[in-house]
Amino acid sequence: MGEIQQSAVFAADWVVVLPVVVAIATAALLLIGRGARDLQWGGALLGAATIVLVDLMLLWRVIELGPLSMTMGNWLPPFGISFTVDIVGAAFALAAAGVTLLLLVYIRADMPERAREQGVYPLILLLLGGVSGAFLTGDLFNLYVWFELMLIASFGLMVLGGRAVQIDATVKYGFLNFLATAFFLLALGLLYGLLGTLNMADIVGKAASADPVPLAGIAALLLLAFGMKAAAFPVNAWLPASYHAPPPAISALLAGLLTKVGVYALLRSLGMLLPGARELLDPVIALVAIGTLLVGPLGAIAETNLRRALGFLLIGGIGATLAGLALGNIGGLGGAVAYTLHAILTMTALYMLAGLIEAMTGTSDTRQMGGLYATASLTSVLFFGLMLAVAGVPPFLGFWPKLLLIDGGFARWGFGADPWGLALWLAVLVNALLTLIAGARLWAHIFWRPGHEGAASELPNPQLSPLGRQARWLGLGSTVMLALIVLLLGLFPETLLGFAREGARGLLDPLQYIAATGLAEAAR
Amino acid sequence: MDYALAALAGLFLTAAIYLLLSRSLIRMLLGLVLLGNAINLVILVAGRLSRLVPPIILGNDTAPIAAAANPLPQALILTAIVIGFAMFAFLLVLAWRAYENLEADDTDRMRVAEPPGRPDPPMSY
Repeated sequence: MGEIQQSAVFAADWVVVLPVVVAIATAALLLIGRGARDLQWGGALLGAATIVLVDLMLLWRVIELGPLSMTMGNWLPPFGISFTVDIVGAAFALAAAGVTLLLLVYIRADMPERAREQGVYPLILLLLGGVSGAFLTGDLFNLYVWFELMLIASFGLMVLGGRAVQIDATVKYGFLNFLATAFFLLALGLLYGLLGTLNMADIVGKAASADPVPLAGIAALLLLAFGMKAAAFPVNAWLPASYHAPPPAISALLAGLLTKVGVYALLRSLGMLLPGARELLDPVIALVAIGTLLVGPLGAIAETNLRRALGFLLIGGIGATLAGLALGNIGGLGGAVAYTLHAILTMTALYMLAGLIEAMTGTSDTRQMGGLYATASLTSVLFFGLMLAVAGVPPFLGFWPKLLLIDGGFARWGFGADPWGLALWLAVLVNALLTLIAGARLWAHIFWRPGHEGAASELPNPQLSPLGRQARWLGLGSTVMLALIVLLLGLFPETLLGFAREGARGLLDPLQYIAATGLAEAAR
Repeated sequence: MDYALAALAGLFLTAAIYLLLSRSLIRMLLGLVLLGNAINLVILVAGRLSRLVPPIILGNDTAPIAAAANPLPQALILTAIVIGFAMFAFLLVLAWRAYENLEADDTDRMRVAEPPGRPDPPMSY
């Protein structure tokens, strides 16, 4: 480490921080201009579209040059706060921004006017800023700050509108998620005490030579904190209690982005930073993963509220990513990365569809639904396709990550070498089957049968109403767009799988990541 | 001093978890505040307590002349305090609104989002 660098940052390198900068700046501008109600939507769309473009550029540069890093305030790493982006972070950030852009179109058709006036747009952009920051940062304490930004924005989004059910849901969501971030902060403080650094690239080097016992304790605390964020099995109760309460567009946004940040943080911290501790915790992670894989679809089968059922399916997907983390080999981590990308897109699309279904049937109770197949065939085809994608039926998108996971499980099992590999392998398969059952039942109840549950099941549903003009063009239009993206990525998965493999390689062997921050000499 | 502070942090943590296990929202809020303070103490101790000079770099130097105290934990704690306070303020208002709208301070009686007496799962198909 020599003298302080003067201008090592080229203009194009600014793309590393630009997504966050644009998101927060747009949110601030929208807040300042909250009087100009006609401009709010356009401004938010413009901001989100810019972020998508910047994320595309960032992904392009990362593909070309490998991981990129930028350190703030003229302090060399590990002292300055670094933003370090590898292909996992860049791809996740792009998916998150793309989904948010489509949701901003969708929300126009979905939200009540009053909620829009109360500042939903600045909050959405703040949420995107927090999520992007979490995906792009290379510093653990900075990750905590982005978590909190995300948290406060999601509190606002969830409670906006102030119906009793939303307040109830926000109490549960708020307390438990604040608790999870507090645990993360505790783990971070202990890790700092042990290693004396918070820079991720620096942690990799120092953790390798540190005492593994306290590290395993810290890793367990991180697993608890991020597991709560990701709604992993024993600590998943807050998700079905809260995600169905806000308007569907907000549900879709939270479902698409929030839990995925928890998964990302798990992959980054346990997968890359503390691989030794991950191996020590291996049985715990595997048990949590298996529990999550099974609880999710089973809950969805038993559920009568549409969006709560989707929430349980979301939890099942989290289990698949945790299974990838538990496998810990290239197939597993690659599968986890690919599955997270798939879940961001597919779950958001499903929640968007749920909003349209609720608008058409006038209820959120699947027992009171029915007969949509005849009146809304496009919606029913979309729902069916997306359910197949979630369950992982080829050639839909969900199949490819699960293929990687199955591959990883097989490699880990090695015909008897490691029973956990076989257990995870089986759990992923059982999860796919149960998810298929849950999805098929939902589809049959909502679309296939003519009327309500009970004696009137064969009579036409009297409560169906067609979508309004805005809902048809903006709501259904944005949903179809997202579903098309899911379909195309499923039919041409090479890019996605390439990202996943590259990302998993980077997580397992982060030499390039460390080199990007300029800490390669220090680590040696 | 390290041991005393570590013990204090442990005590805070215990009290915080005890309060968080309560069903009353106000007690849970107090628990979260205590938890935040416990964690801040942990970070302070993790940064090593010392009686060294303040880490001020003069003139053209690029490093402190003598061994200096560690300024980073204080920056971390300051950030955590600010964020924790904002969260506390939000949750306090939320608890008040919950008390007004749901007429409940007891989490067992907050069952709007998840109504008690859950219906059977759908039986057809």
